[in-house]
Amino acid sequence: MSATRSPHLAVALDGPAHCGAEHYAELAGLAERGALDFVTLGDSFARPGLDALAVLARLAPGTRRIGLVPTVTTTHTEPFHVSTSVATLDWVSRGRAGWSVGVSATEAEARLFGRRPAAPLDALWREAGEVADVVARLWDSWEDDAEIRSTATGRFIDRKKLHHVDFQGSSFRVRGPSTVPRPPQGRPVTVVDLTGAGEPGHRVAAAHADVVLVRAATPERAARLRADLHRAAGARGRDPRQLRVLVSIAVDLGGSESVPQPGLEARPRTAAPVAHFSGGPVELAELIARWHRAGAADGFHLAPIAPHRDLERIVNGTVALLQHRSLFRTFHPGGTLREHLGLARPANQYATAPGGGAA
Amino acid sequence: MTALHRELHLAAHFPGVNNTTVWADERSGSQIDFTSFEHLARTAERGLFDFFFLAEGLRLREHKGRVHDLDVVGRPESITVLNALAAVTDRLGLAATVSATFNEPYELARRLASLDHLSGGRAGWNVVTTSDAFTGENFRRGGYLDRADRYRRAEEFLHAARKLWDSWTPDGAARPVEHTGAHFTIEGEFTVPRSPQGHPVVIQAGDSAEGRDFAAASADVIFSRHGTLEAGRAFYADVKARLAAHGRHPDDLKIMPGVTFVLGDTDAEARERAAEIRRQQISPQNAILALERIWGRDLSSYDPDGPLPEIDPEPDSTLAQGRVRMDDPLEIAARWRALSKAKGLSIRQTVIETTGRQSFVGTPRTVAEELLRFVDLRAADGFILVPHITPGGLDEFVDRVVPLLQERGAFRTEYSGRTLRSHLGLAEPIWKG
Repeated sequence: MSATRSPHLAVALDGPAHCGAEHYAELAGLAERGALDFVTLGDSFARPGLDALAVLARLAPGTRRIGLVPTVTTTHTEPFHVSTSVATLDWVSRGRAGWSVGVSATEAEARLFGRRPAAPLDALWREAGEVADVVARLWDSWEDDAEIRSTATGRFIDRKKLHHVDFQGSSFRVRGPSTVPRPPQGRPVTVVDLTGAGEPGHRVAAAHADVVLVRAATPERAARLRADLHRAAGARGRDPRQLRVLVSIAVDLGGSESVPQPGLEARPRTAAPVAHFSGGPVELAELIARWHRAGAADGFHLAPIAPHRDLERIVNGTVALLQHRSLFRTFHPGGTLREHLGLARPANQYATAPGGGAA
Repeated sequence: MTALHRELHLAAHFPGVNNTTVWADERSGSQIDFTSFEHLARTAERGLFDFFFLAEGLRLREHKGRVHDLDVVGRPESITVLNALAAVTDRLGLAATVSATFNEPYELARRLASLDHLSGGRAGWNVVTTSDAFTGENFRRGGYLDRADRYRRAEEFLHAARKLWDSWTPDGAARPVEHTGAHFTIEGEFTVPRSPQGHPVVIQAGDSAEGRDFAAASADVIFSRHGTLEAGRAFYADVKARLAAHGRHPDDLKIMPGVTFVLGDTDAEARERAAEIRRQQISPQNAILALERIWGRDLSSYDPDGPLPEIDPEPDSTLAQGRVRMDDPLEIAARWRALSKAKGLSIRQTVIETTGRQSFVGTPRTVAEELLRFVDLRAADGFILVPHITPGGLDEFVDRVVPLLQERGAFRTEYSGRTLRSHLGLAEPIWKG
């Protein structure tokens, strides 16, 4: 299956932590001006800085189109709270929320909670998969038209359209239904970043992700990863066309444009190859165009080394050039993150045929 | 102007999921869209209110094993809404109700410190304990704690959170934190630098002896239940007297009852509007349900416009779940029957007559004077106003009552500070190293 026609572009706001909202608001504003699909903000209990979902909620009213994707850990948190917070981010942003499924693997994080020792990655990702599953069930636990406000019968909701989820995971259970009505996107976008996630993360991505972030040193490698994910998703009965695979690239645009650096280099630091680009905005545009033409991926997730400097160069240089060559949109035709990504609003897994209604 | 009146504090409660909220009115808007929250928060800020207040729901109420459907159902998650509201307000305090039972101190302390940073020092936390097995079915922790244990856990939770908030040095370095207690064992570094208020304003909303002690020891604000002037004064005196034992001054804890109001051009018109609101709140279906909550039995075959049931309540019923427990059903039933007989009231009329009525009803002048009387006579330090209508239910109060309070020198005419603590006249928390 070939990649979507125009690449999707996302950018990470990570970098030295800021305590005020202004820094992040400025970056998100830049990304929005470039008509990018979404911004991400990484998070963990060991990372200095504010709660990522809080920061992106703070940015929601001041932005209109850009998707907002915080990392939310599934390890020491309550699946119910994860579900309601991300659903609420979708409500306050009017359909622009996603979440990147996180795990907390370190002993240091475990000691902040004192509930259980650090677990191996395999167990953590298995739990993350269960959380992703129940979170989506909770979003679906209200049908879209559950609120009826029927003055004749005195009923605010049609309770046949609310559903207990009765989920039993290996380390938790949730009865449901959610306390938050189904969010504008139906289900906010679920992102899985495969870096460091290994095979168990791959399984979660295939089963639950709308967007998968991968590292790859060559277009061929990226294309193989994408094909693998499509196969694995298909094997689980999912439609591979509802999956977007973005290549993550660490971007350093600090060098002068007149001195082109050697394009993309592979730095095998961890198990997964980490793609690192160092050069000018024009070279980055050419790299994106080349990889996309080669069918490597549906798009790119750019992680600037110096967010403020690099993001400005990405938007005013790289994106402007891609737009000039009609390789990237100049505005957001849709309002929701799913629309930017060309993903359908998911059908509700609990909804019954019109007129019906399960107890 | 000389101070004829004590200064009063005001907060706005977003209309909630109980029947004080009228959803059947044509002016009633969305309970979930952000525009509703924005409208009400901006109105509160226009009225120079101290803070905006959100309640919490962790499990939808059930009645006879099915989701309760006669009142508003569903709401967004509080802290996330408040972070978004921080972007569209400038001075207004932003307070979230968050359970100390179904959260962990490290995570919640971090979320609250984040809100305090992102709002420039306007965060508040209403600490509640909601530990019933019914709600627990949505959480890892599950289970049930009796009332004393709930408060012990809440106290330890708050203590641990304060340690985390205090863990950074004044020159901006993180120090390691260690906490070991009956409920929590925490070890490590807090990753959020000290927030503008140091600690968010702590609110407490329980009315029990345990709740009052918890508030006297640890809270900045009590969200109390409104009763008569006399009951309010007794509560006020009781709670303020408990502060000294904790080395605190009576002004360190503000008592703010949650109250409703109905305005009119004349007192008679306001009373008529209040009666109409009561009829909207107690629909025929809601009247039967209110009865079932007390009787603990299925009474769906009874006519809401007919007489009360002859049968007695079932004392240990689990018919209604996720609600505050009724004191003594047999006693309430006897009282209701007597009232119904004496005045010849139907089921619905009896419920309208007996269940919570509007606290302050009258012209803007009547309401302003009544509010001031409660404050001057020390039944309250201020009020948490609960409008009937989302999101416009506060407009009239801000336009017509606030100016009268200002005229009488009892309410600010501009914000003098930037933080919620400064609005409430609270000192900065002592930084414990």
